[in-house]
Amino acid sequence: MALSSHTLDRYIAGQSPLHMLDARVKLSLTLAYILALALLPPGTWLLTALAASLLWAAVHWSQVGLRTILVRAFVALPFALVAVTLVFSVPGQPIFSLPLGPWVLTASDTGLVRFASIVLKSWLSVQAALLLTATTHFTQVLYALRALRLPTLLVAILSFAYRYLFVMIDEAQRMLRARACRSAEVAGQRSGGSLVWRATVVGQMVGTLFVRSYERSERIYVAMLARGFTGELRMLNPRTLTQREQGILLVGLATLAGLVLIAYVV
Amino acid sequence: MWNTHLLLPLGMHIPDGFLSVPVALAWWVLTVIAVGFALRQVGTTLHEHQIPLMGVMAAFIFAAQMLNFPVMGGTSGHLLGGALAALLLGPWAAVLVMACVVALQALLFQDGGLLALGANIFNMGVATALIGAYVGAPLLRMLGGQRWGLVLVGFATAWLSVMVAATLTSMQLVLSGLSAAVVFPAMLFVHLFIGVGEGLITVAALGFVLTTRPDLVTTMASYLNPATMQRPLDRRSVLGVTGGGLMFAVGAALLSPLASGDPDGLERVAEDQGFLDRALDPFFNLLPDYTLPGLDGPISTIIAGLIGLFIVFGLVYGLTLLLRGRNQERV
Repeated sequence: MALSSHTLDRYIAGQSPLHMLDARVKLSLTLAYILALALLPPGTWLLTALAASLLWAAVHWSQVGLRTILVRAFVALPFALVAVTLVFSVPGQPIFSLPLGPWVLTASDTGLVRFASIVLKSWLSVQAALLLTATTHFTQVLYALRALRLPTLLVAILSFAYRYLFVMIDEAQRMLRARACRSAEVAGQRSGGSLVWRATVVGQMVGTLFVRSYERSERIYVAMLARGFTGELRMLNPRTLTQREQGILLVGLATLAGLVLIAYVV
Repeated sequence: MWNTHLLLPLGMHIPDGFLSVPVALAWWVLTVIAVGFALRQVGTTLHEHQIPLMGVMAAFIFAAQMLNFPVMGGTSGHLLGGALAALLLGPWAAVLVMACVVALQALLFQDGGLLALGANIFNMGVATALIGAYVGAPLLRMLGGQRWGLVLVGFATAWLSVMVAATLTSMQLVLSGLSAAVVFPAMLFVHLFIGVGEGLITVAALGFVLTTRPDLVTTMASYLNPATMQRPLDRRSVLGVTGGGLMFAVGAALLSPLASGDPDGLERVAEDQGFLDRALDPFFNLLPDYTLPGLDGPISTIIAGLIGLFIVFGLVYGLTLLLRGRNQERV
């Protein structure tokens, strides 16, 4: 069972309008959406709901399936545990008290609102990022990053990293499997050595992986030379956006800007 | 099969929604400066074969983070890799590689937010790599080729890099309004142990590479080169350690008053309940509340922070010199 790009990559192939939309438009709108969410003050539930429905409309439009996005978006939620403390730490009207040994934690309404907004915003932001990944192949994301003036060298490193990511992950998985095969475990017997020993074994696996990666990069370089690589990095020049794409981008940005403006003005 | 959580260092990737916009943007600026500087540094020395090398190295770090070992109760230890990358590749190549790793994690797996990406790259890529290169590498050079020197310094550097990354993460969260009394102890406590795992793995990995392919490492990281390692204490390595330590110390001290002098929520609760006096008093007697008597406000906190850091730094430096002296006597 090798983990390959098919099981790990979160791109979901499709022909929806959102899949077809230029990656630059999608990337810009995703970033703007996350920024707009972050700018909404805590407790602006109506506007947050509006933002959520915009996103869910886009998810519907993408034919990816709302359930997939919603479920996958829970990955960031463990981090919300950190924010729970806000409920008790932000001063405000007390709602309830929680006796905890000698201490009493008092929940405040302001704290609760802050906590709920953070969790909600974080959940929606992850969904927006997921939607981008699900509808845009990573090579297209790289193309968009290049068009947004990310330096060529970084784009090149990212492309190589993406190309060999799954190869190296497969390599790592094979090493883990080999370790599991070597480590026979007898039920009821203590096994696995000390913690330091186990960490050392993993360290040596990391070392092995490093040497193999290094040697692979040398072979890649030789193969590139054989195909005429001269050390020059060439990228496709980004084409200009069509009027329709420009329109979508402008309407999207204006909507998000309006959302934030309403929050601060009204 | 979505077991990508196996790939993730615990609790270090800040998702979107947790950082306030000014904090997120401020760290984006710092990251852009650091990565831009790294690009310029690497650009002047870059051989064309290093382009595929750095890409594959980013994939390597990503995959190496999957190699884990059971610790206890279902948790597992694994590598973050910043310090290791810096020790193997040098500071600026490591910054670029780690920046790409963190960016890939955010873009491909939503591990860490996009608005928070600047902060995440800074914590896990820039800070860890700089500590590996400017604290670890000069110390290794000073200790000169001894196996135990590699073990000691490799471990300490890797551990420190994790702690600094955790401190930076906590700081950003606190600046965004989360309670310092909860975030700092929780993050630092968890990462005390994650750091130990990081240290053990880093040391073993370095040892393995030095044993099997010494040629490969020494071309990239001259301080691991036996020829240069036997050199007596040179000006460059002293400057390196001192500069690196100072940079870290001054940075941390200048930022410390930002961690809010006002009693935050939990402290307030604590004051109300009257148990603050009972809590943790003996530990802070040396520099009460991290301030100096007779001085007020943030200046005092900064000075107190600097004194504390200089003491720690001096101890490490003295210990290194001492060990090095003993080592030379034996030779």
